[in-house]
Amino acid sequence: MIGQQDVQKVAHLARLTLTPAEEAQFTTQLGAILEYVEQLNELDVTTVEPTTRAIDVSNITRPDQQHPHPNRAQILAGAPDPEGDFFRVPKIMDS
Amino acid sequence: MASIRELHQQLVSKARSATEITQEALARVDRLEPKLRSFLTVTAEQALAQAQQVDAQIAAGDTIGLLTGIPIGIKDNLCTQGVPTTCGSRILENFIPPYESTVTQKLKAAGAIMVGKTNLDEFAMGSSTENSAYQVTANPWDTTRVPGGSSGGSAAAVAAAECVVALGSDTGGSIRQPASFCGVVGLKPTYGLVSRYGLVAYASSLDQIGPFGRTVEDVAILLGAIAGHDPKDSTSLDIPIPDYTQALIPALKGKRVGVIQETFGEGLDAVVADAVKAALQQLQDLGAEVQEISCPRFRYGLPTYYVIAPSEASANLARYDGVKYGYRVETPENLMEMYTQTRAKGFGAEVKRRIMIGTYALSAGYYDAYYLKAQKVRTLIKQDFEAAFEQVDVLVCPTAPTTAFKAGEKTADPLSMYLSDLMTIPVNLAGLPGLSLPCGFDAQGLPIGLQIIGNVLQESTVLQVAYAYEQATPWHQHHPQFND
Repeated sequence: MIGQQDVQKVAHLARLTLTPAEEAQFTTQLGAILEYVEQLNELDVTTVEPTTRAIDVSNITRPDQQHPHPNRAQILAGAPDPEGDFFRVPKIMDS
Repeated sequence: MASIRELHQQLVSKARSATEITQEALARVDRLEPKLRSFLTVTAEQALAQAQQVDAQIAAGDTIGLLTGIPIGIKDNLCTQGVPTTCGSRILENFIPPYESTVTQKLKAAGAIMVGKTNLDEFAMGSSTENSAYQVTANPWDTTRVPGGSSGGSAAAVAAAECVVALGSDTGGSIRQPASFCGVVGLKPTYGLVSRYGLVAYASSLDQIGPFGRTVEDVAILLGAIAGHDPKDSTSLDIPIPDYTQALIPALKGKRVGVIQETFGEGLDAVVADAVKAALQQLQDLGAEVQEISCPRFRYGLPTYYVIAPSEASANLARYDGVKYGYRVETPENLMEMYTQTRAKGFGAEVKRRIMIGTYALSAGYYDAYYLKAQKVRTLIKQDFEAAFEQVDVLVCPTAPTTAFKAGEKTADPLSMYLSDLMTIPVNLAGLPGLSLPCGFDAQGLPIGLQIIGNVLQESTVLQVAYAYEQATPWHQHHPQFND
């Protein structure tokens, strides 16, 4: 069963800040969903191969070539905080 | 509003111009949107400019295709260059794609006229379109009810004739369930038949784009226009695309139809069961051989999906970090806070819930118990379908266990909402084509959907069965009425 500490750990892994109310709600709801999922244990799958995709196509390759994007300015314009040719982010390291 | 073929005839015979047809659709959008809220963005100016081009083409004596000049709605998780694409999420509120999705590019090239971007559950996660960060779309048959989801805006817009056809996406039933709730035809194609380049990813091993229409023929025409290999989507299948309209023959002599026994159990509304049983009789009357088929692992589809889809979603949605596009929280202290606060404020509750489930299922120590296990059960579900298709040409069952429910009815309990996709999810897990079309109405006048499932790439067979049934029944002639 999932507890509030698990929820806090998962929220950190998922890079989500949760409010205390969300934490409590998710603990209950995630618990219920995971409990529902438990029914998969009714099936014996020891000798079953996993399916990773519905219709298997493998080893699709293409030439490793660069293609300049035609709308470079538009891409930069869509950024929250562009500066010249760069995307600005807050301080990463303490000075 | 008329069908694609009727409108095409009007255009070719110059009975009406593309401008007039587009104006009619836009006028209807204007009139109905305050009630329905199907569209997040209406692209009126662009649509009228495109219509003018079509009229110039016709005046110049050019041959036009069936979709030329046809008003269409596009689900707002398909990237449209220069037109906002929000996915129903705050995190993409100001996102204007610098590129066009392959399907919308193909439709543009075919001359189809986009009237707008349709509402959806945030990132296509939901079954009622109530998870949109912007608005709740109403069901055109009863505006106190939901249109289904996640492609609820597309389904409602087509049902209310705000556009002729529309595109949706379907990861666990997001085309078929809203088609069922809104009384229209919706098709999820075989995984890989339609390129997903420019579709904002939710669960990549399941996502597929597909058409909505008021008739099977409209759906067949739209499918033909969007299907086909695309080097930009490495999961797209390199196969020849048939003319799907050739499959539309109103006869079923010798067609073997299997009824999935397991779908007629607990939780299925009696009125839905009765309508589907009547439909089976109808198929038999049309010459089909109907038999019961058991898919013993069918019911494990839902728990399998709620491991696989959130797991893939947690990876796909990691890209929304506030760096390169979309929303970023104001003045974060440091990089980590920028990530965690941006995502906390940018995502809604259901999206967070699925990211959390997926992150948990993929985290150290749980991978084998959840994700790997679900992938193995997925194999068993697929095997049930493979065995069934050795005996029959198509499988049928209800699309959803109920008709459209009231807005707000299931929002407090995520599991009860998930259950409305019980019958559509296994089809995605196996990658099969599935179609929903109307097969009756309940006592409140709400539409009921019949699901027809085909084997891999057997879209033509599915469409043939659907067409024969449609032509023999009156349901597609019923349209929602608006008193205004």
